[in-house]
Amino acid sequence: MIFALLILLPVAAAAIVYLLPSPRWRRRMLPLTGLLHLGLTITAIRQTPLRSAGGWLLLDPLGAYFLTIMSILFLAISWYAWSYFRRQPYHAPNDAHDPFHHPQEHGARSHEAQFGAALLLFLSTMTLVIMSNHLGLFWIAMEATTLASTPLIYYYQGKTALEAMWKYLLICSVGIALALLGNLILQSAAGSLLADELATRHTAINAQWLKLAVVFFLVGYGTKMGLAPMHSWLPDAHSEAPAFVSALLSGALLNCACLGLLRIYRIGLTAGIGDYCSELFRCFGVLSLLFAAFFILGQNDFKRMLAYSSIEHMGLILLGIGLGGEAVYGSLFHVCNHSFTKGMLFLLAGNLLLIYGTRSIHQVTGLLQTSAANGILWLLGFLAIVGMPPFGLFYSELLILKSALAQHHYVIAVLMAVLLGMIFAGMAGAFLKMTQGNAPELPHRKRYATWNLLPPAALGVLPLAAGLYLPPSLTTLFKQLAAQLGG
Amino acid sequence: MQSDLYTLSLVLLILINLLTSGASRLRYCINCVAVQGILVGALPLLQNSPTGMPEYGEWSLAAAVILIKGILLPLLLLHVLRRVEINREVEPFISYNLSLAISAILLAAAVLLARHLPPITGVNPLALPTAIFTLFTGLLMLISRRKALTQVIGFLMLENGVFLFGGALHAPYDLIVELGVLLDIFVLIFIMSIAVFHIRSEFNHSDTDQLNTLADRDN
Repeated sequence: MIFALLILLPVAAAAIVYLLPSPRWRRRMLPLTGLLHLGLTITAIRQTPLRSAGGWLLLDPLGAYFLTIMSILFLAISWYAWSYFRRQPYHAPNDAHDPFHHPQEHGARSHEAQFGAALLLFLSTMTLVIMSNHLGLFWIAMEATTLASTPLIYYYQGKTALEAMWKYLLICSVGIALALLGNLILQSAAGSLLADELATRHTAINAQWLKLAVVFFLVGYGTKMGLAPMHSWLPDAHSEAPAFVSALLSGALLNCACLGLLRIYRIGLTAGIGDYCSELFRCFGVLSLLFAAFFILGQNDFKRMLAYSSIEHMGLILLGIGLGGEAVYGSLFHVCNHSFTKGMLFLLAGNLLLIYGTRSIHQVTGLLQTSAANGILWLLGFLAIVGMPPFGLFYSELLILKSALAQHHYVIAVLMAVLLGMIFAGMAGAFLKMTQGNAPELPHRKRYATWNLLPPAALGVLPLAAGLYLPPSLTTLFKQLAAQLGG
Repeated sequence: MQSDLYTLSLVLLILINLLTSGASRLRYCINCVAVQGILVGALPLLQNSPTGMPEYGEWSLAAAVILIKGILLPLLLLHVLRRVEINREVEPFISYNLSLAISAILLAAAVLLARHLPPITGVNPLALPTAIFTLFTGLLMLISRRKALTQVIGFLMLENGVFLFGGALHAPYDLIVELGVLLDIFVLIFIMSIAVFHIRSEFNHSDTDQLNTLADRDN
C-alpha cells in the first residue's frame, strides 16, 4: 500500500499541476508534494524491510537510506523551485514552439505546467527505481527517469539547452540499452531477476556469463551514474538545466544509478566473482577521478565545475566500494554527504546566476560584497565539497584513503591523494576568486527572495551535523549495510 | 521446416543490417528498420524453445513488438522525416562504401565473438552472431552519421539487437517486463522525434555535428 502511495502520489500531483489553471497553486503543489513524499518516506522506513508484489518491490535498509536522501533533497529543491518561479516566471524565447501540440496550448503558462509535471514525474520514477527489486522493473524505471528528466534539461530552450538535451537523451539511452543486455544475460544465466533473491542464493550461477552481465551493467548504469568515460553528457546537462534541476540530477539521479550497481555488486559477491567486480569498480572509480581532476583545472563555468565535481565524487564512491573493508562504510557515508552538499552548491549557483546573470567564473567577483549571505554559504559549500573537516565528506574520504593504504593498494592511494589535491587547487582558485575582490556593476541583477537562501542553508547544515556527530543508530545502519556489501 | 524459416529470417536480418549501413536515403533506412522490427517480433514464434510463457503470452508479445517496432515507430519516423524535409544524409564521417566494408568486417567479428562466448545448447549457431551484428550496426550508425534522425534509427537497431540477443540466449521473460520495455522505447523514440523537430527549428538543419558549442576548450 505504502509503495503504491509513494509512487502514485507524485504522479497524481503531476496531473494536477498540469491541469491546474492557477499558477500560484501550481507552484505551491511542488513543495506540498515534497512534504507529503517525505512524510510517506518516514512512515515507510519505520516499517522496513517491506516486500510487495511478489518480491518485485522491496524497501530494504539500503533502499530506505537512498529514499530518505532523495526525499529530503526533493523537499529542499521544491521549496527553492516555488520561490524561484514566483519571482521569475518563464519567458518564452521568440522562436519557441512545440510542433506536436496544438497552438492553443502556447505560452508561458503551459511551459511552466509541463515543467512542473515533469519534475513530479521525475520524483515518481526515481522512487520506483529505488524500490524496484526486480531488475527488469528497475530497468524500466531507470529508462523512465531519462524520459522524465529530458524536458527538465530543456527548460530554458535555445540552442545550447537543445544540444545538452540531445546528448543526454542519446548517451543515456544507449547506456541503458546496454544495461538491458546485461539484464537478459543475467536472466538467462540465473533464471531470475529478483535482486534480493539472487544475492542470497546458494546455487552457483555460471561465472562467465555473470561476469559478462556485470560488465554490461557497469557500463550501462555507469553511464547514468556519470562514470568516466561514459560521463560526457553530465557537464552539459548540468550546466544547461535550471540550477535546482541540476541539484536533483546530481544529488538523486546519480545515487539511483549507484544503487543499481550496489545491488548487482551484492549478487556478484554471493556468486563468487567479488574480486572481479571490485577490480572493475576500482578502475572506473580512479578513471572518473582522473577525468574530473583534469577538467576542473582551468574550468570557467561554475556549474560545469560542480558537474565535474559530481563525477569525482561518484568515482570516489565506486572506488570505496571496490576497495572493500572500511572503505565501504566510507562510501555509504559519502553518498548522503555528497548529495546534500552538491544540492546546496547547485542551489547557490542558481542564486549566483540570478545575481550576476552569467555562468562564467571570471565574470563573477566580489560575491561577499554583493550578497554576504550567498558568499558565506558559497565558501562553506566549497569547504564541504573538497573534504575539509568538520564536514562529513572529510571522514568518508579519509576512510577510503585509509582502507586503500591498509590493503596495500599504494598506487590507488597515491593517485587518489594527488587527484584530490589537484581538484582542491582547481576549485579553491575558482571559489576564492569568485567570493573576493570588488563587486562589478550589476545592471541586470534579478531579484531573489530570502526563500532562495533557506533551502541551501538547510541542506548545508546536514553534512556539517553528520561530520560533527553521527547518532549511533546511523552508525549501526552503515555498518550493517557495509557488511552486506563486503565491508 | 520451422528451423529453416528461422535460419532464413536470421539471414534476412543480416542482409538488412548490411543494406542499412550503406544506405544514404533516410526513407530507405526507415523501411529497413521497419522490416527488421517485424522480423524481430516474429522470430520468437519461429523458435522451438520453451520460454516459460503460455501460448497467448507469446503471441501477444509478438503482436505488440511487430506493431510497435515494425509499424508505429517507423510511421512516426516517416512523419518526422516529412515535416523536417530532409531526404538524404549529409556526407557522414565514414563514407557509405567504407561503412559497408566496415559492416562486413563487423559481421566477421560478430561470428568470432559468438564463438568465444560460453556455448548454449539447442540454439541455432547463427542466432548469436546475428544479434551481435545488429548491435554493432546500430552502434556504427549512431557514431558515424550526422543527422539526428539517423542516430535515432541507429538506436532502434541497437535495441533490436538487444532483443535478438535475449532471444538467442533463450532467456525466460515476463510478459509485463517485456511490455514495459516496449512502452519505454516507444515513449523514448517519441521524445527523440520531438527533439529532432526542435533541432530543425532552432538550427535550420539537423546536422548534429554542428551541436558542438558546449565543450571544454582552453579559455
